[in-house]
Amino acid sequence: MTDPHFDRAIDRSQMQVFDEVAIQISAMNKWYGTFHVLRDINLTVNRGERIVIAGPSGSGKSTLIRCINRLEEHQSGKIVVDGTELTSDLKNIDKVRSEVGMVFQHFNLFPHLTILENLTLAPIWVRKVPKREAEETAMYYLEKVKIPEQALKYPGQLSGGQQQRVAIARSLCMKPRIMLFDEPTSALDPEMIKEVLDTMIELAEEGMTMLCVTHEMGFAQAVANRVIFMDQGQIVEQNNPHDFFNNPQSDRTKLFLSQILGH
Amino acid sequence: MTESSAAFVRRDMLPPQAPPATQAGVLKWLRENLFSSPLNAVLTLAGAYVVWWLVAHSYPWLSHSVWNAGSLSECRAIIAERWGADATGACWAVIKERWHQYIFGFYPPELYWRPISVFLLLFVALAPVLFSAVPRVLLVFTVVYPFLATWLLWGGSPWIEVMILVGFVLGWAAFRIASRYGSLLAVSVALAVPALWWVFAAGPMDRALEQAIRLAIEKVASDKFGGFLLAVTIGVGGIAMSLPLGILLALGRRSDMFLIKALSVGFIEFIRGVPLITLLFVASLLLNYFLPPGTNFDIILRVEILVTLFAAAYIAEVVRGGLAALPRGQYEAADSLGLDYWKAQRLIILPQALKISIPGIVSTFIGMFKDTTLVVFVGLFDPLKGISDFVRADFNWKGIYWEPYIFVGCIFFLFNFSMSRYSMYLENKLKRDHR
Ligand SMILES: Nc1ncnc2c1ncn2[C@@H]1O[C@H](COP(=O)(O)OP(=O)(O)O)[C@@H](O)[C@H]1O
Ligand SMILES: [Mg+2]
Repeated sequence: MTDPHFDRAIDRSQMQVFDEVAIQISAMNKWYGTFHVLRDINLTVNRGERIVIAGPSGSGKSTLIRCINRLEEHQSGKIVVDGTELTSDLKNIDKVRSEVGMVFQHFNLFPHLTILENLTLAPIWVRKVPKREAEETAMYYLEKVKIPEQALKYPGQLSGGQQQRVAIARSLCMKPRIMLFDEPTSALDPEMIKEVLDTMIELAEEGMTMLCVTHEMGFAQAVANRVIFMDQGQIVEQNNPHDFFNNPQSDRTKLFLSQILGH
Repeated sequence: MTESSAAFVRRDMLPPQAPPATQAGVLKWLRENLFSSPLNAVLTLAGAYVVWWLVAHSYPWLSHSVWNAGSLSECRAIIAERWGADATGACWAVIKERWHQYIFGFYPPELYWRPISVFLLLFVALAPVLFSAVPRVLLVFTVVYPFLATWLLWGGSPWIEVMILVGFVLGWAAFRIASRYGSLLAVSVALAVPALWWVFAAGPMDRALEQAIRLAIEKVASDKFGGFLLAVTIGVGGIAMSLPLGILLALGRRSDMFLIKALSVGFIEFIRGVPLITLLFVASLLLNYFLPPGTNFDIILRVEILVTLFAAAYIAEVVRGGLAALPRGQYEAADSLGLDYWKAQRLIILPQALKISIPGIVSTFIGMFKDTTLVVFVGLFDPLKGISDFVRADFNWKGIYWEPYIFVGCIFFLFNFSMSRYSMYLENKLKRDHR
C-alpha cells in the first residue's frame, strides 16, 4: 500500500528491542452502569512502542485509552503505568497524569489563554518550572510543530490543524514519557490531516511511546509497531501492521478492514 | 496605444450624485426604522403617544420647581404666587435642606469626612480589581481596604481590625508554607491558624496595643448610620463577600463528595425559598436568642451577614449555570495535564465560567443593592422609606411625597446603571481578548 502522506515512513528494518514495560493492563474490566464496555483487557506496552488501536465506533477504544490516565475509572483488574498502579489514590493519579500526555479529538485547548499560556500553564503550576524556562520550552515545541509565530494568539484564531498541533505541543511541554492520542485527526479537514500526522511521525521517530486511536490506516502502516483491533469492548486481534493488514485472522477484523480500506 | 474598436469609451469618471430624496437622510431613516410596515407604524404612533402623555403630565410639575423654601406650605405658596392658584410644582427645597440625611443618615456632620474618604478610597481599592491596566501592587490596598473602611466608619481603636487582618495574613502564610506538604493539610492549617489567633492571641494583643499606641478616633454607633451610607455599606460589603461564597457554593453543588454537595444544595435551596424579609427578621430578632446573653452583636453586621448569604445563594446558581456551560473537554484537558482540582478550577474552569456568568452576577448585585432598602423593616434607616418617613415626620415637610422618591431613585439609578455599564464593558473586553 502506498500513501503519499507517508513517504517518510520511519525505518523499522532493524529489530527494535523493547525491554522496559511502560504500561501493563491485566484482566481489566469496566462497566457504564450495567453496560460492560471493556471486557477482560490484557495489554502490555513497552517503552518506545507505537501502538495503533483500531475498531468500529463504540467498540471502547476511547474508553480504553482514557482509563490509562484515569479520565475513566476501571472497576476490576489492574493498570500499571510507568510502575505506578492506578487506584483511587489521588497522588498516584496526579503522578501518572503528569507522565502521560493526551491529545483529544477536539483539541480541548483553553480558549481564554494564549497559545503560549496554554503551553506553559501545566509546567508552571504542576512541575513548578520557572516561567522563563517554561516559555523557552514552549517556544521550542512550537518550533517543532512549526507554528512559533502563533505564540501570542488565542486558540480561536487558529485553524483546526494548527490547534491540534498546539495541543500536541502542550502535552509535550510536560515532557511526558507516554503519549495517548484519541482520534487526533477525526475533526480535521482533509488538507490539515497531513500536518498533524507529520508531527506525530516526528514524535515516533524520536522514540516516544505512543498509543493512537485512529482510522488513518496509512499512518498505522507507516509508523506502528503493533496494531490492535477492538470490537465490543474486547481486544480481538493484535499483530504487526504488515500481518495485520495482509493476513487478518478473525472474521471481524476482515470485515472491518474491508469496510475501511475497500472503497 | 491601439485604437479602440468600441463605439464609445468613457475617459473620465462621472462625479457621484446625491441619492434621490426618498433614499437619503431623515426620510429614509424614518421609513426604514419607524414606518416599515403597518404594524410598525401603529406601534410607533402608540409609543409616541405614551411619550407625549408622560412629558405632558410631568413637564408642568417639573418646570414649576421651587428650590428655596423652608417648608412644604411655603413651597405651595410660592408656586401659587408664580404660576397661578391651581398650578402644581415640584418642591425640591426639601432635598436642598435634607440631602445630607439622605446621604449620611444621622452620622455626625463634623465627621462626614470619614464616610466621604471611605467612599473615595473605595474606588482606589476597586481599580485594580476592575481594570487590568491598573498596577497590581494596588491589590495590597484592596485587601487592607475593608478593615480601614470599618475603622473609619465606626471609629474606635483600629487595633481590633488590625488583629483580624493579621489573622487572615497568618492563615494565608500558613497555607503557603503547608501547601508544599499537600492540599488537605494546607487547607486545615489555613483554617486552624487564624482561628487560634483570633480566639487566644487577638484579644490580649488588642488590649496591649491599645495601651501602647492610642489611635482611637471618635466612635459612631450603628444606629447613626442611614440613607445611602447604610445602603452602600451593606451593598458593597454584601457584594464583596457573596461572590467568593457563591462561587464556593456553586463548586460545592457540583462536587462529587456527598456531604459537601448535600450541604450546598440544602443551603442554596433553603435561602432561595425564603423571602429576604424573613432573613432580615432573623437577623434582628432570632440571632439574639442563639447568642450568649449580653453579647452585643452589631445590627448592621447581622444584616450584612444575612444579605450576603442571600445574595450568595443566587450567585451560586448563576455561577453553576456558567460551570455547566463549559464543555467537558476543558475539565478533561485540565485533568490530563495533571492539574489538581483547585488549580483546574482556578486557572481553567472559573475564568471561563465566570465570564459566561457576568450578566447574571451583575444582575444579582444590582438586585441586592436595591434590596438593601428592605432593612427599613428591622428598624434601620434606608434612604427610600426610612429617611423619607423621618423627613415627613417633620411638621414642615409633612405630606411631601414625590420629590424624595425621585431623588433617591435617581441616585439608585446612577449606581445601578454604572454597574450595568461596567458589566457590558467587561463582557466586551473579554470577548475581544479571547475571541
Ligand atoms: N459516559 C458514558 N456513559 C455511558 N456509556 C458510555 C459513556 N461513554 C461511552 N459510553 C459507551 O461506551 C461505548 C464505548 O465508547 P467509546 O470508548 O467512546 O467507543 P469508541 O471510542 O471506540 O468509539 C459506546 O457504546 C458508548 O456509547
Ligand atoms: Mg472514540
